[in-house]
Amino acid sequence: MATIHLAINGKPYSVDTDPQTSLLTVLREHLDLTGSKYGCGEGQCGACTVLIDGKAQRSCVTRVSAVSGKQITTIEGLASGDHLHPVQEAFLEAGAMQCGYCTSGMIMSAVALLQKNPAPKESEIIDFMDGNVCRCGTYPRIVSAIQRAAKTARASGAARGASR
Amino acid sequence: MSVKINIEVPLEPERYEFGAAAPYRFDLGRRDFFKFLGAGVLVVSVLKSAVAAQESGARQWRGDSLPKEINAWLHIGEGGKVTVYTGKVEVGQNIRTSLSQAVAEELHVPIANIEMVMGDTQLTPFDMGTFGSRTTPTMNLQLRKVASAARDVLIGLAAVQWKTDPQQLIAAEGKITDPRSNRSVEYAALTKGQQLTATLPAEDPLIPATNWKVAGQSTPKVDGRDFVTGRHRYPSDQKLPDMLYGKVLRPSAFDATLASLDTQKAEQMGATVVHDGNFVGVAAENSPLATAALAAIHAQWKSEPQSSSKELFDYLRKNAVEGNDPSGDGDRYDVGAVDQALAAADHRLQQTYTVSYIAHVPLEPRAALAKWDGDQLTVWTGTQRPFGVRGQLAEAFHIPEDRVRVLMPDTGSAYGGKHTGETAIEAARLARAAKRPVKVVWTREEEFSWAYFRPAGVVDVRSGVRADGIITAWEFHNYNSGSAGIRTYYEIPNQRIVFHAVRSPLRQGSYRALAATANHFARESHMDEMAHALKIDPLEFRLKNLKNDRLRAVFEAAAKQFGWGKSKSFGQGFGMGGGYEKLGNIATFAEVNVDRKSGEVKVVRVVSAFECGAIVNPDDLSNQIEGSNVQGLGGALFEAIEFDNGRILNGRLSQYRVPRFSDVPALETVLLDRKDIPSVGAGECPMIGVAPAIANAIFDATGQRLRALPLVPNGLKMS
Repeated sequence: MATIHLAINGKPYSVDTDPQTSLLTVLREHLDLTGSKYGCGEGQCGACTVLIDGKAQRSCVTRVSAVSGKQITTIEGLASGDHLHPVQEAFLEAGAMQCGYCTSGMIMSAVALLQKNPAPKESEIIDFMDGNVCRCGTYPRIVSAIQRAAKTARASGAARGASR
Repeated sequence: MSVKINIEVPLEPERYEFGAAAPYRFDLGRRDFFKFLGAGVLVVSVLKSAVAAQESGARQWRGDSLPKEINAWLHIGEGGKVTVYTGKVEVGQNIRTSLSQAVAEELHVPIANIEMVMGDTQLTPFDMGTFGSRTTPTMNLQLRKVASAARDVLIGLAAVQWKTDPQQLIAAEGKITDPRSNRSVEYAALTKGQQLTATLPAEDPLIPATNWKVAGQSTPKVDGRDFVTGRHRYPSDQKLPDMLYGKVLRPSAFDATLASLDTQKAEQMGATVVHDGNFVGVAAENSPLATAALAAIHAQWKSEPQSSSKELFDYLRKNAVEGNDPSGDGDRYDVGAVDQALAAADHRLQQTYTVSYIAHVPLEPRAALAKWDGDQLTVWTGTQRPFGVRGQLAEAFHIPEDRVRVLMPDTGSAYGGKHTGETAIEAARLARAAKRPVKVVWTREEEFSWAYFRPAGVVDVRSGVRADGIITAWEFHNYNSGSAGIRTYYEIPNQRIVFHAVRSPLRQGSYRALAATANHFARESHMDEMAHALKIDPLEFRLKNLKNDRLRAVFEAAAKQFGWGKSKSFGQGFGMGGGYEKLGNIATFAEVNVDRKSGEVKVVRVVSAFECGAIVNPDDLSNQIEGSNVQGLGGALFEAIEFDNGRILNGRLSQYRVPRFSDVPALETVLLDRKDIPSVGAGECPMIGVAPAIANAIFDATGQRLRALPLVPNGLKMS
């Protein structure tokens, strides 16, 4: 047992746990942040994806002790109040879900992609997202949601640039 | 012997659906009912048979109890909130939205005022389960009728209040208005704090699809925001104060029995350990501790040698339970004289097709949270059959069903894979021992090994055809995979179609579209083989033998969109498949590209034309068709369960390949909206054309005829 200090969605947390425990278990069981999902436990489906210092990581295969002191963002930390993140908005507009169980991980991966590459080509979206599984098969809608979000972000970026 | 069977497809649960009606239906106390509803208007609809049993004109139910045969109800509360109760459940097919649309349409209220209470055995009417694509043809219609009846009740109340003719009043936007006096009153205000009950045979005429305003629109998912923010609580996200985490010890092989057990270490770790017959499980303060305690249990199992997937198709043929099918539910269909017709045919063809066991892989594995209050059991679990699971729990614990409440939070998919209550029983058993609530969430490996599979099957087809392309004889034997979609829609005068039940080597059950995939793969591949043997265009050959207008329409629409008949380049191939299932009609056209060096098969483009009557939600319908195509692609190309001696050999996501972003072809859907035909379901039918379309396209590209699903788990062998 150890006390682990975590920074999640901009808030500090301390958790008493075995340092080997997965970040996903700590999020879900200790902190009741259940938006990150268990799907396979071996980093194959992406349902547990969170951002660690801005990069998409599989929280089910990430030891909690390895992320102490890093900035962790989960699906719960993406919106600011009632104001959804552009990727969240885009998923709603594109109807990019059925059961929604993969949606958190898809959105987190998409946010990481757009941070790295604000104007991804379709083939780049497919390459980047290929580790995330949607068993309902809404992939084409997710691709179109990511394209839509990228467009929105560029448009608002351009608007900000123009008003400067 | 010739048996004539009605061509109308009955809406009965199929083999492998694990469906059964409740043996009894008991009175619902009317006062109990209102306790949780509060004041307002309660409108219930009852089955026709129940109405017939009552005195004529029973529009107002008297007395303290409600009729037994209720199948849907809704309540309009004082705040104007409409609460709809249905035993159907949401697993991603989006019925929470489409059923809300149906109620909004008929009741004339904004969709935001509607709350759907679904799949709660204490609050909702009995429902056999959410399967067989039956929600839209049955529950959607039923709720429209209840909502329409409720609107009439409200108009009646306003007419009494204003002492006017109800015919002159209009219901719109949650209000009744009298256009002559410009008076209007909110629905909620009409009840004046009273509790009113109206019971209706629900036979009122409904708004025709051509006049729909809310239904027929692409209404966004009503609770979509909860999913994109992570706020929605799936069964595996449920939590109670003082809750423990449970894990179950799995046997070394299927049907293994416990030979010896040592649980001392697990107990020393502070876990509650339960050993009850072949059940061994632990419950602990957190899931890592439960996992560690489980690993500390030493158990030895005994099992008999079992068969392997390597010899699966021989096994299925040899283990048919001939002449021993007690159901007699259309498993055999004979018409004309097949043997004579085959002998007289200009061309004959005989082929065998096979399909492997495949896994549902719902992204959320089975999960349940159970809590006991004395001898009252409450379980939150992801299941397509909450009432069925209630029955299983009652049976497992020897308690009456009325002591068991099963609630089904909207679940992370199922595809026919969550009909059973294993996890619910496991959590409840551990909770009873621990005297605290216990949650059990299966691991992916457990889900692969201890759930059930889509049945594997062998299909033998013999056909006879005239030189002019008219099919004269059709003999079709399906071993094990099931009888869904077994009958042919092509016009053939002489047919023998037989389903052979088999002692399955693996636990098998329902799966999206069930055997319709296997039967359409065999039939539509065989159609292609016949067309090629006769050198007739495959589309022309189908249409020559097809009278069903709805099916012809989808084949023609898909062919047009696809550009059937266009020229192809080297390595490119085009193919089609289609059919009729769960009252819907599908035609699927596929374009593949085969790398002639590596043998890699890439499905490049899939065009589907689908018709399911009047469309309730076009965008959601497209979503279901796209999803069916993507999921169907997995079973068509590479999904297969490998097993040996009572164990699954590829039961992890790193070993069992499911379709991913990079597998998805360009998907185009053509929706045929038949506003003159009642709406039916769409979650299953669009899947059935995928495998034959791809197999036929691979033949077109390479001349190689593949007759086993999956078609190319390791690419195509190039000669």
